[in-house]
Amino acid sequence: MSGNKRAGLFDLRGVLALLFGVYGFVLTVMGIATTSQEDLDRAGGINVNLWMGVGMLGAALLFALWVRWRPLTVPTEETGERAPEDA
Amino acid sequence: MHLLADADLRLDAAPIDYVLLAVYFVMVLGIGALARRSVSSSLDFFLSGRSLPAWVTGLAFISANLGAVEIFGMTANGAQYGLPTMHYYWIGAIPAMVFLGLVMMPFYYGSKVRSVPEFLLRRFGKFAHLVNGLSFATAQVLIAGVNLFALATVVNLLLGWPLWLSVVVAAAIVLAYTSLGGLSAAVYNEVMQFFVIVAMLLPLTFVGLHKVGGWQGLVDKITAANPSTAAVQLSSWPGTNLTGIADATLSVLGIVFGLGFVLSFGYWTTNFAEVQRAMSAKSMSAARRTPLIGAYPKTFIALIIIIPGMIAAVLVPELAALKQGQSSDVTYNNAILLLIRDLLPNGMLGIAITGLLAAFMAGMAANVSSFNTVFTYDLWQAYVRKDKPDDYYLRVGRLVTVVGCVVAIGTAFIASSFNNIMDYLQTLFGFFNAPLFATFILGMFWKRMTPLAGGLGLIAGTGTAVTIDVLNRNDVLHLAGQGASFVAASAAFVVDIALSVVVSLLTRPKPDSELVGLVWSLTPRDQLRHDDTGENAGWYRKPVVLAGGVLAITLVLNIVFW
Repeated sequence: MSGNKRAGLFDLRGVLALLFGVYGFVLTVMGIATTSQEDLDRAGGINVNLWMGVGMLGAALLFALWVRWRPLTVPTEETGERAPEDA
Repeated sequence: MHLLADADLRLDAAPIDYVLLAVYFVMVLGIGALARRSVSSSLDFFLSGRSLPAWVTGLAFISANLGAVEIFGMTANGAQYGLPTMHYYWIGAIPAMVFLGLVMMPFYYGSKVRSVPEFLLRRFGKFAHLVNGLSFATAQVLIAGVNLFALATVVNLLLGWPLWLSVVVAAAIVLAYTSLGGLSAAVYNEVMQFFVIVAMLLPLTFVGLHKVGGWQGLVDKITAANPSTAAVQLSSWPGTNLTGIADATLSVLGIVFGLGFVLSFGYWTTNFAEVQRAMSAKSMSAARRTPLIGAYPKTFIALIIIIPGMIAAVLVPELAALKQGQSSDVTYNNAILLLIRDLLPNGMLGIAITGLLAAFMAGMAANVSSFNTVFTYDLWQAYVRKDKPDDYYLRVGRLVTVVGCVVAIGTAFIASSFNNIMDYLQTLFGFFNAPLFATFILGMFWKRMTPLAGGLGLIAGTGTAVTIDVLNRNDVLHLAGQGASFVAASAAFVVDIALSVVVSLLTRPKPDSELVGLVWSLTPRDQLRHDDTGENAGWYRKPVVLAGGVLAITLVLNIVFW
């Protein structure tokens, strides 16, 4: 493959964990604090923000755990053997 | 392009929705800036230095395609035709993606070409290369403009921004991250966009199903609303409403051969905007797994994109009226927007808007990032300025990215005054793929195929598809529904193969020695095999196992939704 410096030196999984952490937090708070009866009626009684918020926090947690479980290792050799990264 | 009618589609976006939108785009630009650090050569810029892990390239592979056409088009098809729309995924995508991963990727990745046109250059020489390089570059930059225009129309309708402002802002964002971070930035954003789109589609599906009373409720409501067509809508075969071919056998044939074989294999295996994502993978194993990993989410996205469409047709009053044949000021293309309007509260609404805008921008970024690669490597480096140092081509690539975005802005403004022309162009460019697949498949497996046959086959095949399309548009042929494009693509494929065989038999083939690695019978088997030790080890990373798994799931879903 090409040279020693690889694109992808920052971990996309961390970015995803951050994005869904922020989104999940905001939606969960909105689901608890600002859900009106009208919001509930239009969704047939489901608190969409709360469910999606909790779901996104869960997704953020999974990405974070994935990073912990298989940390990104920066390859040191130019070719061939590379340390296990991610699936 | 009539994406949106003048209905009241204005969404009640609150400040918090704009905040969520802003968070996303700050991260998009951040990714661009971070990715810039890893760009030190033209290969880094155009192919991410062939360094990306398979799950990233796999998700980007399907995400690059998850743009305006798919999100609006497939929910619209779901609303209008119902379950037969599933064929676009289970027949029209999965088999081709499996074929790319198992059969074609070893040639693409193994021959170390940097683009699909470059493969044609090595296999067939300059004639076919120029035909494909020019047509691809032109198509991509114009389609980038179409995507940009579609985005501006949506922003205008949803949020009330003027068209020109959204065009310029969106182009500036795409330009910023693609010219900074190159393909890596585009790919990373595609992966992020993928998850946001899923986060948008999931609540629409589940809340929608809840409101109509579950799957059985949906079936009952469709049956009650459209008693005469319900049966066709609620079973995927033979899909006569989708193809517009009344005869059931011919309809199935149209779906299997036209959509499932020619159109889909042409698109997924030869469209460089797709294949580029697999080429950027870090090893042969990862490259082969790219389309296979992408195939899994692709299989299920069918459900969360088409079912909301079907729900919208019974839940949204304007759409239900349209389907009853009454006059209505909405179109099927509005299905997803209407459902978002009717179901989602502020907060989730902001994320849905983010998902839609992200999808449009990612679509444009995919066009721009494949355009700059083909332009730089296949046109500029091959024919205009050869043998310059690598950093020269990196600079050209960045400059061409700017030019591409500016041309796309121009195209977007042209599109805003000539809607139908752009709509037509998009269909037209779709026709480049079918003959390209014919030429590839013949060229990969028949060493006798000659350079002249490669070029002439492409031109004749495309010409055939265009001719059939024009005949149909002018009512010489009578094909309703989507059947016309299936027939046009099939004819293009047959003509390309036939002409290529005849021309090949009359002209001189390239010597065998020049075709090693490009033609199946002349390539040593171990050159097509990949390393399966280290991080490529494990039974679950074997392409054959991944392929078998996704085909089995697709088969089961096909039976469940028969």
